[in-house]
Amino acid sequence: MRSSKEGSPWTGLWAVVTKEMADHLTSARMQILEVLIALTALGTVYAAVQEIRAVIGHDPFLFLKLFTVNKDPLPAFVGLMGFLVPLVAIALAFDAVNGEFNRRTISRVLAQPIYRDALLFGKFLAGFFTLAIVLVTIWLLVMGLGLLSLGVPPRGEEVLRGLIYLGACLFYGGIWLALALLFSVVFRQPATAALASMAVWLFFTAFWGMIADVLAPILRPVRFGLPEEFLAQIQAALALSRLSPNILYSEITLALLRPEVRALGPLLTFQLQGAILGSPLPLSQSLMLIWPHLTGLIASTILLFALSYVLFQRQEIRA
Amino acid sequence: MAELVIETKELTKRYGDLTAVDNLNLKVYEGEVFGLLGPNGSGKTTTILMLLGLTEPTSGSVRVLGFDPARQPLSVKSRVGYLPELVGFYEDLTAWENIIYIAKLNGLPRREAYQRIERALKQVGLEEVANKPVATFSRGMRQRLGLAEILIKEPKLIILDEPTQGLDPEGAREFLELIRKLKGQGITILLSSHILSQVQKICDRVGLFYQGKMVLEGSVSELAREVLGSAYRIQLEVQGIPEAIIKALKGIPGVQDVNHQAPDIYEVQAKEDLRAEAVKAVVEAGGKLKGIMIEEPSLDEIYTRYFEKGGMGK
Repeated sequence: MRSSKEGSPWTGLWAVVTKEMADHLTSARMQILEVLIALTALGTVYAAVQEIRAVIGHDPFLFLKLFTVNKDPLPAFVGLMGFLVPLVAIALAFDAVNGEFNRRTISRVLAQPIYRDALLFGKFLAGFFTLAIVLVTIWLLVMGLGLLSLGVPPRGEEVLRGLIYLGACLFYGGIWLALALLFSVVFRQPATAALASMAVWLFFTAFWGMIADVLAPILRPVRFGLPEEFLAQIQAALALSRLSPNILYSEITLALLRPEVRALGPLLTFQLQGAILGSPLPLSQSLMLIWPHLTGLIASTILLFALSYVLFQRQEIRA
Repeated sequence: MAELVIETKELTKRYGDLTAVDNLNLKVYEGEVFGLLGPNGSGKTTTILMLLGLTEPTSGSVRVLGFDPARQPLSVKSRVGYLPELVGFYEDLTAWENIIYIAKLNGLPRREAYQRIERALKQVGLEEVANKPVATFSRGMRQRLGLAEILIKEPKLIILDEPTQGLDPEGAREFLELIRKLKGQGITILLSSHILSQVQKICDRVGLFYQGKMVLEGSVSELAREVLGSAYRIQLEVQGIPEAIIKALKGIPGVQDVNHQAPDIYEVQAKEDLRAEAVKAVVEAGGKLKGIMIEEPSLDEIYTRYFEKGGMGK
């Protein structure tokens, strides 16, 4: 049906993106989040540096330790980001569409020569770019603080691993952005949409791991006590838990920022034959480990966006 | 005959069991002000949304400026200005920022956009507050800002949904005056309202809606003749012998009825404006004319009367 309509569905897309980004970057909501994030970066890096100085002497991946080392009571930088990225992403999108309805601006905007596609995709892109700006800023902040406090420059591979981690954070945020956007189409009240997004996030953070552990023995019961059965059960639990974006994110983090990690699942003894224990994997091998995770993150983002797209196209415009 | 700007044929929109618009055949010609009038929920807004391609019709066809809004929405929307009911703006942005966004969505080049915005804001009298956030604006200012935003498109057709909604009588009068000026520039205007008396003065033709159907269509005086029978009521204050005066007034060709409403007050009902004839008749009958007043037919009355009669066929 759409193909028979005139013109490009992306007419006006950049007008929407620039306007929405300007809104995001100047909004009070965003400023609060920026302060929160800057504090995170400063606090965790400061703690990590102290810990690194005290405990770890020589490590070829000193810079990556900045992201992963924690000092009680503060969690490590990656841990906090696993929590903050969804928060920022949800904050950027939970009132994207219903806000237009509530301000009664939707019919005015859609009466302009653009398609709904441009409005929805523009809002998603604006959120995505804003998230990217925020993440790049923190990343640079962490690297800069590391340079100052560690006194050694990072190696090329460390920078590369750090950059890929940055990209993974962005796509992890993309899921929550798409989810919040979806709820902003479904629910008329922005508060409901925000709450629903948070509920999903909480579900995956707190409960999904438990549910996966409960479901796995049901799906793959151990009947005769064979090792194959135990392995099958562990793998089932792992596969189920990987439905959660949080698990995907933490596994990506693990593989990227701790190069000595060789596998994300159960490791069998024969797989370790010939390996020098504790020696780091080359970047290409670490990437192989997380490749399915990355595609999973991106695919679910696209899926969620497509769903909100379909629902938005069908929505009646009259408020 | 002037060119057709809007034409709908058997246009129908159903929401489940509810038929919001029922076989509508609407024709609006270039340069006229057409009023879609009727109570809330009678299908006016749905009709407007279908004209803009914001809602797909269930059946029937629409042509706006020669385009089909369902197939060529961009062509329609770039030529038609639409002011929704109780229009909303981005509260934190200034009037100027709100309009520049719309200009960008219309793909206007920056310089051209700036000129048009300046002109439009001046035209609606908001140039002083262009850089104030819309949150500080009154309902009337918002409505005028909405109009300014429409004008930057330099539209051929303007569609206004309940433009006087939420305005005080003075604000409504001023706003309608602005619309009248636009008509003078040759822009075709379609407006909807449920307050019939407020808009009847600026409409060349009106269509009265009831439960999704356009039950009456035509100019106000045409409708009055059709529904009320007599379109004009002339009130005369005359001193003199009542019998002679009534007799004289009844003798005027075209007079349908004469009522002696109070001592010295007579009401003449007629199909045309017969003031001059009435004055002459009264004076010739020896009456002293103290005052004369003509009451034009009101749409409210037409509407009420129409339904009292149970909807007489056209």
